[in-house]
Amino acid sequence: MRHSPAQRRYNRRLLILSAAYGVLLVGAELAFQRRMIGSPLTFGVAILPALPIIGMFAAIGRYLIEERDEYLRMLMVRQSLVASGFALSCATIWGFLESFDLVAHLDAYWVAVAWFGGLGIGSCVNAAIARRDATGAFPS
Amino acid sequence: MTNHLRDLRAARGWSQQHLADQLEVSRQSINAIETGRYDPSLPLAFKIAELFGLAIEDVFTSPSKEN
Repeated sequence: MRHSPAQRRYNRRLLILSAAYGVLLVGAELAFQRRMIGSPLTFGVAILPALPIIGMFAAIGRYLIEERDEYLRMLMVRQSLVASGFALSCATIWGFLESFDLVAHLDAYWVAVAWFGGLGIGSCVNAAIARRDATGAFPS
Repeated sequence: MTNHLRDLRAARGWSQQHLADQLEVSRQSINAIETGRYDPSLPLAFKIAELFGLAIEDVFTSPSKEN
């Protein structure tokens, strides 16, 4: 399958941001393990790994702006909506379970992890809808 | 919304990819439009009709006239 120019740029940005996330996460972990952080710097270092994740959200927004193919854009919008619904539902359910002391506490960044997992579910939803609506084989 | 895109394309012996390249969209888009999974925007619908040298209603069937 050919990728659109906007998809290629999006994939490249995600690769760069993923690499930056790995580097910053390891760096922040090491800094905290070795107690290298003075109090003014602590907050800044702690949010460093979050920055590439925020960049990934921005990359999706930028893809939606740059994608000239309206059908591909619609697929990504649907995928993102599924991801948002999934992540918010997970967070809501977990929040209530946690408030009734039925499960352990989870750090809030797991919502972002659930959202990225939801993108995968959204991709499956797109594929399922395409299969359901297909009316037969078409020459390509 | 139904359309005659598949027939029009086949009459010219074009592949989905060839049509997609001419319209500057993905082959997925052509497949989705042909199978009725996706209704194109008005600008893209006009672009498709103009490529075939037809009026827009010769390519796409108005939903009010569908059975």
